[in-house]
Amino acid sequence: MILQQIRHEVKMSLRNGEQVLVSIIIPVLFLIFFSSVDVLPLPEGVSDSIDFLAPGILALAVMSSAMVSLGIGTGFERQYLVLKRLGATPLGRPRWVGAKIAMICCLLAIQISVLVIVALLLGWSPQSNYLTALIAILLGASAFGGLGLLMAGTLKGTVTLAAANGLYLVLLLIGGMIVPFAEMPSALATIGEYTPAGALSTTLNAALRTGATSSSSAWVALVIWAIATPVLAARFFRWE
Amino acid sequence: MTSEAAVDVRDLTIRYGDRIAVNGISFTAPAGAITAILGPNGAGKTSTVEVAEGFRRPTSGSVRVLGLDPLADHAELVKKIGVMLQAGGIANQSRVAETIELFASYYDNPLEVDDVLAMVGLQDFRRATYRSLSGGEQQRLSLALALVGQPELAFLDEPTAGVDPIGRQKIRAVIRGVKERGASVVLTTHDLDDVEKLADHVVILSGGQIVAAGTPQELMQSDQENDFRFRAAAGLALAELQTVLNASVREEQPGDYVVETQGTPAVIAALTQWLAERDLPLADLRVGRKNLNDVFLQVTQETANESANESVTTRRGRRRR
Repeated sequence: MILQQIRHEVKMSLRNGEQVLVSIIIPVLFLIFFSSVDVLPLPEGVSDSIDFLAPGILALAVMSSAMVSLGIGTGFERQYLVLKRLGATPLGRPRWVGAKIAMICCLLAIQISVLVIVALLLGWSPQSNYLTALIAILLGASAFGGLGLLMAGTLKGTVTLAAANGLYLVLLLIGGMIVPFAEMPSALATIGEYTPAGALSTTLNAALRTGATSSSSAWVALVIWAIATPVLAARFFRWE
Repeated sequence: MTSEAAVDVRDLTIRYGDRIAVNGISFTAPAGAITAILGPNGAGKTSTVEVAEGFRRPTSGSVRVLGLDPLADHAELVKKIGVMLQAGGIANQSRVAETIELFASYYDNPLEVDDVLAMVGLQDFRRATYRSLSGGEQQRLSLALALVGQPELAFLDEPTAGVDPIGRQKIRAVIRGVKERGASVVLTTHDLDDVEKLADHVVILSGGQIVAAGTPQELMQSDQENDFRFRAAAGLALAELQTVLNASVREEQPGDYVVETQGTPAVIAALTQWLAERDLPLADLRVGRKNLNDVFLQVTQETANESANESVTTRRGRRRR
């Protein structure tokens, strides 16, 4: 039952053109464009833009699938009473949540595979702190997934669509994924660093660019977001 | 609860804040039968059924479904019931066959997907997405999902709403098939034609209370043997007709007439002659028997009038104070 549900969830995600666009195509286009066109400032000590961009775009991909795709998809499922109907079947809500988590993991695996291949083709040479990067990605997925479900479970489908896309844009700009924090006004940089996007891009950049573990403040922020948003989603999610 | 009851509702009250949606109702939906719950909008039908499905907690009273508590025994209950919502419940991009296959995977002993497709007449729409189906086809897919697990009890909310006459016939045949298989059906509907053609037992709600219950035959049996009903063009000259028939005649709804006298052959002959002289066709002459529409309008309007009178009395009382 659960495997069939996971297969269905993945199929539905990949069939949805908007989700594929935001989860895979836009991150790939950003990676290719900004690594090829010299329009963005780079952090100090970085000579090749792909070394800074690749970790940031991986963070962006996590945000795209875990927050935007999951949030919008679930928001419309709730609006169209899909969740209500599933509540009256033996699937049950815990299995449904499990299937959603598995679907996000599958999507992330596809996204990361595609992005890493494209980045390597563009000359990326990552440091080998992969385990730290994987932990950061999973924490980021939890934080963004919680945010997506919080919006989906409390707002109308159309409002979730607007809110998730708006938040995506804001976090893309201030989350240090494409524009380094050092290039932002200090107040904005401080706010950006403590957003889930900022915490994830900082930890991924440290793990994959310098091979180091980033500052504890970024990890603390990421862990707090990873716990707080799913807890809030579980508390406030309304099934219909 | 007796073993014959698929749904047993006792003193059920459901409140939303200060508003009472359902006010202390009790009824039983017999096992192996089709029970229709009727009522105008806001009568409390959906709230009652949602409590039975385990979607909603009652304010007071109890509901047992197949002998189980819908909330405490929810995990056990959902294996035995099928639910068709009035609308939606299926993702737009889902394809017909894959959705039925997915729902089949939830149950221990599901029907074959091909059999379900044939049962609801969607075998030519296997790969069609839900979004691309017509309203009637969407209803049939929704019905298929409620029935694929071979439920002991199916809750069907407005199964023929927005469906063309041929689609209605198909849906009614499927529902009859569920009953023939020995399962029970609870039907929530506005379609009185569905009820007359399908239901074994009817519960009519109005203002959160049961205003009539019984078999369709019991409800349609006229309690007044001294009247008969007919349909004709709206706006007949009632004063003239009353003189001819020597009886009081009233137009209950446009084109629906009640003559307050026994429908003797002489009276009927006088009526048909009077209509024939004016070249007006006579339709649906009923002596000693109402149709379900008459019953529904009568009992729900009586309740509405009582509520209005109570409201006026209350307002007058407040003014005096």
